[in-house]
Amino acid sequence: MSILVIAEHNNLELHKPTLNTVTAALALGDEVDILVAGAACGKVAEQAAQVAKVRKVLLADHAGYEHQLAENIAKLVATIGKNYTHILAPAGTQGKNTLPHVAALLDVDQLSDVIRIDSPDTFARPIYAGNAIATVQSSAAIKVMTIRATNFDAAATNGNAPIETLDDTFNTEAVTFIKEELAQSDRPELTAADVVISGGRGMANGENFEMLYTLADKLNAAVGASRAAVDAGFVPNDMQVGQTGKIVAPNLYIAVGISGAIQHLAGMKDSKVIVAINKDEEAPIFQVADYGLVADLFEVVPQLENLL
Amino acid sequence: MKVLVAVKRVIDYNVKVRVKPDHSDVDLNNVKMAINPFCEIAVEEAVRLKEKGVASEIVVVSIGPKEAQEQIRTALALGADRGILIQTEEMPSSLGVAKLLKAVVDQEQPQLIILGKQAIDTDNNQTGQMLAALTDYPQGAFASAVDVESDHINVTREVDGGLQTLKLSLPAVITADLRLNEPRYASLPNIMKAKRKPLDTKTPADLGVTLTNTLKTVNVEPPAERQAGIKVASVEELVDKLKNEAKVI
Repeated sequence: MSILVIAEHNNLELHKPTLNTVTAALALGDEVDILVAGAACGKVAEQAAQVAKVRKVLLADHAGYEHQLAENIAKLVATIGKNYTHILAPAGTQGKNTLPHVAALLDVDQLSDVIRIDSPDTFARPIYAGNAIATVQSSAAIKVMTIRATNFDAAATNGNAPIETLDDTFNTEAVTFIKEELAQSDRPELTAADVVISGGRGMANGENFEMLYTLADKLNAAVGASRAAVDAGFVPNDMQVGQTGKIVAPNLYIAVGISGAIQHLAGMKDSKVIVAINKDEEAPIFQVADYGLVADLFEVVPQLENLL
Repeated sequence: MKVLVAVKRVIDYNVKVRVKPDHSDVDLNNVKMAINPFCEIAVEEAVRLKEKGVASEIVVVSIGPKEAQEQIRTALALGADRGILIQTEEMPSSLGVAKLLKAVVDQEQPQLIILGKQAIDTDNNQTGQMLAALTDYPQGAFASAVDVESDHINVTREVDGGLQTLKLSLPAVITADLRLNEPRYASLPNIMKAKRKPLDTKTPADLGVTLTNTLKTVNVEPPAERQAGIKVASVEELVDKLKNEAKVI
């Protein structure tokens, strides 16, 4: 088994889900290499080299890789990937954008959002918004898959792997990067936070989310949202937790004014402890909540903040 | 310009699925089926492009059993011009679907191909990206806004940190995110009109595609049930439980 892990990063920092993906890779075998493809991303390669038990880091530093365009990265991965038995990436938007493109170039089927590794060819993944878990056996020549980071521990970072530079360059003319609008926040990243507080339609408007931000700061928590809150324009879309948003599994998830639709539960029901605050005692969220409080969130959230 | 839209027949998104007692799959007998919600958004976007005078013809394609005709008719009622059903009983893998769609692209030569970003049954999120790879067209996955110019398209994509905008030369493949638009409802006259719109049925063999699937489902089981929790009466009790019982704060 030789396994290639595609690092998720922003050219400055290695994103944490990469560490969880390395743990999944080490469950397959011990020849694990990490590919860092980006522009002026030497720092990221150095961080990747510190990941424990990694054989080597491959660094592809070129302007064509700056914005992680699938067209360029996938051609690079498909070129070097032929020498590997498995190609893994975290199941964030970068991995979801690129890996199926890689799989098609290699003419192999792909597995998305793997949550468990049974053997080098047998894996488990959720289907139907997490309402069923499928165990799938793959006879593909190269197993290409994205890994759900919340189901694997983060690898340690006390290693010292060698860094090898790659010369392959791909730079398509069919795609031009125009701009990026990233949400700014001092709070922990949603998918990596120990505590997540999410608001739903019950928040009534965007200003009321301030209550959750203040509470989040007391708990060093990230703030998430349901689709209803995003669609109503209360908060930006990158805060959405659910089947089509982010998957989180923190130690504590506090759902405030969220009914608990199937699609939302798909994104948070693996949290260790779930708290629901909702004035509707029939809300489905109470069926998965460890602690439920039937009350008006506008009275309860400030009280909670005072007590902490 | 010609727009090709792919739609999938899936279980209705409100249905709570049940795993079959023999753990071979989920039970789809007598379950309400519908167009995959993301595919509906793809159809709506194509129809809007036609209403703006950008698209001249919308071809909708579905791969699946004979009953998938219903989903094609729905798309025709929403404003698509004609349909193609690639009939197959065994549902192909995403790569198989992408290969079939590539064959349709070769025949139809659309300038823009719109798919949903994922199907809510398999939750794969693969087909559009695979089709882009096979056709060597640029891809705009997870699109929340599109703006078609003469020879290119600007696509705003939903990415983990926020939004990213790319300019793709045409022809291109895009996959629709939930926020791309709000799909319309089909009116009764349009549903009646849709019955007379052309719908071709083909097989994978007609398209010269041999399907293989290297992924074998060994077992399907329900997820671990969460223990039923308790209701607390006050905020004080909640904080006490979180501190002393669950020990998470």
